[in-house]
Amino acid sequence: MMEAVLGSTAIARAESPGLWVLAWRRFCRDRLGLVAFVVVVFFFGLMVASGLGLIAADWSKEVGVSDAPPAFIGPQTPPARPAAAPAAAADSSREGKSEPAVIDPLANELSDIRHQKGAGATDTAIVDPLADVLAEIRRESGAASAAETRAPTLVFGGDKWGRDVLKKAIKGTETSMFVGLAAATLAAFIGTVFGALAGYYGRWIDDFFNWFYSIFTSIPYLLLILAIAGVLNQKGTTTVILILGLTGWTGIFRLVRAEYLKHKVREYIQAADAIGASHMRRMFVHILPNVSHVVLVQLSLHVVLFIKSEVVLSFLGFGVGVDTVSWGSMLNEAQNELILGKWWQLAAATIAMATLVTAFSLFTDALRDALDPRLK
Amino acid sequence: MIALASDEVLVGIRNLRVDFRIDKTEIFEAVKGISFDIPVNSTVALVGESGSGKSVTALAILGLLPKENSRVHPDGRVLYREHNLLELAPGAMQKLRGRDISMIFQEPMSSLNPVFTVGFQLGEVLTRHLALTGSQARARAIELLREVGIPEPEQKIDAYPFQLSGGQQQRVMIAMAIACEPKLLIADEPTTALDVTIQKQILDLLADLQQRHRMSVLFITHDLAVVGDIADYVIVMREGEIREQGGVQQIFEAPRDAYTKALLLCRPQLARRPRRLPVIDDFLKPTPLELQDIPERSRGLSGDEPIVLEVRHLSKSFYSRVGLFGKREFKAVKDVSFKLAKGKTLGLVGESGSGKTTVGLTMMRLHHESSGEVLFEGKDLLAMPPQEVMRYKRRIQIIFQNPYSSLNPRFTVGQILMEPMQIHRIGTSEQQRRDMTYELFEKVGLPDASFFKYPHEFSGGQRQRIAIARCLTMKPDVLICDESVSALDVSVQAQVLNLLQDLQDEYHMSYIFISHDLAVVKYMADQVMVMNEGEIVEIADSDEIYLNPRHPYTKKLLSSIPQGWHSAKATT
Repeated sequence: MMEAVLGSTAIARAESPGLWVLAWRRFCRDRLGLVAFVVVVFFFGLMVASGLGLIAADWSKEVGVSDAPPAFIGPQTPPARPAAAPAAAADSSREGKSEPAVIDPLANELSDIRHQKGAGATDTAIVDPLADVLAEIRRESGAASAAETRAPTLVFGGDKWGRDVLKKAIKGTETSMFVGLAAATLAAFIGTVFGALAGYYGRWIDDFFNWFYSIFTSIPYLLLILAIAGVLNQKGTTTVILILGLTGWTGIFRLVRAEYLKHKVREYIQAADAIGASHMRRMFVHILPNVSHVVLVQLSLHVVLFIKSEVVLSFLGFGVGVDTVSWGSMLNEAQNELILGKWWQLAAATIAMATLVTAFSLFTDALRDALDPRLK
Repeated sequence: MIALASDEVLVGIRNLRVDFRIDKTEIFEAVKGISFDIPVNSTVALVGESGSGKSVTALAILGLLPKENSRVHPDGRVLYREHNLLELAPGAMQKLRGRDISMIFQEPMSSLNPVFTVGFQLGEVLTRHLALTGSQARARAIELLREVGIPEPEQKIDAYPFQLSGGQQQRVMIAMAIACEPKLLIADEPTTALDVTIQKQILDLLADLQQRHRMSVLFITHDLAVVGDIADYVIVMREGEIREQGGVQQIFEAPRDAYTKALLLCRPQLARRPRRLPVIDDFLKPTPLELQDIPERSRGLSGDEPIVLEVRHLSKSFYSRVGLFGKREFKAVKDVSFKLAKGKTLGLVGESGSGKTTVGLTMMRLHHESSGEVLFEGKDLLAMPPQEVMRYKRRIQIIFQNPYSSLNPRFTVGQILMEPMQIHRIGTSEQQRRDMTYELFEKVGLPDASFFKYPHEFSGGQRQRIAIARCLTMKPDVLICDESVSALDVSVQAQVLNLLQDLQDEYHMSYIFISHDLAVVKYMADQVMVMNEGEIVEIADSDEIYLNPRHPYTKKLLSSIPQGWHSAKATT
């Protein structure tokens, strides 16, 4: 009765636009949801900008000193590290090519030989074969280190190769969010099509999809993911999207199927049958818009889920390749750094992920309330 | 207001005003300052169409309005004994509810909890309010079930709600409501969801209980006809205001308000069949219409009309699984045969479960038949391959009962009307189809602006007009109206019936008019077919069947029709 009263007054209002506009108005009334929406849009903007190469395109460039601390902490003081001290040679295995000093690998051998030959021997007898090459390398590296001086601190610190952690986090946002969105879209697509077919036709088609679903869900989730990853045996963003999309459709399938079961016996579908609308038309033109809010809410729930899954996959080493950075691979690197007290890479990835996931979850809640106000 | 001594008044409502907040700026006044008394030991009927504020009034008396979006004006008072119920503390109000004032709702199926037995739910009321022990409560519950006329109460007390019929469920609800001997029983449309024969039983039961327990009943309904039998006083509400209140005799015999008159006369009556039904506007005009001025319409078949559709031996069974391999057959339609004459209306009457809707849906091929044939232009529609059916589909159309669910909520009205034309390639271009849509808007009385609006922006009557217009796009020969006006208010029902009649006069369509409302069928149909438990028990011309019903079931149906005031007087 109460709904009837309110409903009839809503009708009495002069202008009252489509259902999506009404849902948007309801959404705008939810302040928290709106804030979350702004955050999500911001991250989305980051993803697009980074994907187009507008920002963080040079994330792999080594701009700072190794493990450069964040700017708000200040440069590392102990231990003071002279630029080309011979002692640094011992450290070279860890520092790698980033150490500007160039050591002649034959120096020790040559001096030994010269010592054995004796001081009086002619100089031409023993010629350093690497002398020219070394001279050139020294000249070049001297010029380079003169041109780019490595920053002692970076905005949010650097990793062990001196790459900017902030830029890495932005690039990681691009990877993780893209994976989340694409995988969720794939899963929602599969789930919707399967659910529509099963729910609408019923009978043996429904049985078939239900058996398929049951078999699929009887395998432990992580095991299934790792198995598919093993079969595909190819690292990369596309692989991760396929893994998550192909395993994640099950929940959406069940919900969409239930919605179709409910809607196919509604009078408006009978009416569509009466006017001669085909099965496909009834399924996707008539019913789908009426269940699209369910799909949309599921889609955004799965974006959150898949972002987290991608992080887990990359952390376990089944995720994106070494040439790309994601929040998961950042967390993986952060394991070793944390022992040395370099916490900023961990913090950057965690903060970015927590912010996006929380905002997306709140956004999803608000979306559900706006699209399906009966739940309130 | 009815003049009463103060000791005769049980509940006095003074200047009750209820607002609903729609959003930040808009407020809807549901009840606009009404005052009335509920006298001791009598039945007060609160009558009005949907949106009149009658249910809101009842909820306000009980303090059950949703707190978050409703506001009861502080000037108003609901006086019960020495209390103002609107200012009572929630705890005290809760004690009062169920013990002194109780309520029965419209839908018994959704008011009972499906996972508990009837006895448990009744016992809960008794142990909470009367502090009875378990065995005492059970004994009292059996007594109550017997009192409300449930057969074998000792067995039925352990039944779950789904094991009872709709009428029995409503009886259980009444038993719960009277369990604590309330002073006031509020019944909100208690018989609207029930069949006409069950409705009569429940009304009789309520009248009987009111006398025996010497309580007062506030009976809320949209149907003035049911009021005549049981009410002592009648209050007519419209748009949150009281239009008229008075004794039942005065309201029925000498209504002063034009709206009351309209409500009484909009409903088709068994005695008369005017050419057009009067609508509310006819009475609110400066020179109100007199019913005698409308010419009567004669109905019936002459016998030489061409037959447009013939149904032969139609049967439909539904199967449910029993055990592992067993199947139980339920025969919804048993060997039904009839003929439909061109340009005439065949009324199909029966109670819920009689199979009348199944007949309609099976003819449309919306259900698969079990056996039988439907001949249209000499061809059996049911045996046709799907491609061939498409050509005939547009010529038989259906209008469903519920205009709220038979239109796709995500389509604009324009899309809804253009779709059948696109599917059947009616009209050569989109522009032509659009023009045809606007023509139909005019025909069914919808504004042109409807084209870009969504169904939820229309009222029930307007939505039914959209559904009718959708059928008209295909210019059908046969139109099946499946309870098409049952969900509408009396005044709107009259408008839609008039529209259907005008369209039949213009296009010579044949109607199959399915309804449980015998008065409406009498008004619309040339021929009436009565169905009971899947079988046709009687077919005859409509005047004939109402004057000389032959089958006992038809007689029982006819005697259950609420007669309003006049015949109620005649029988007593």
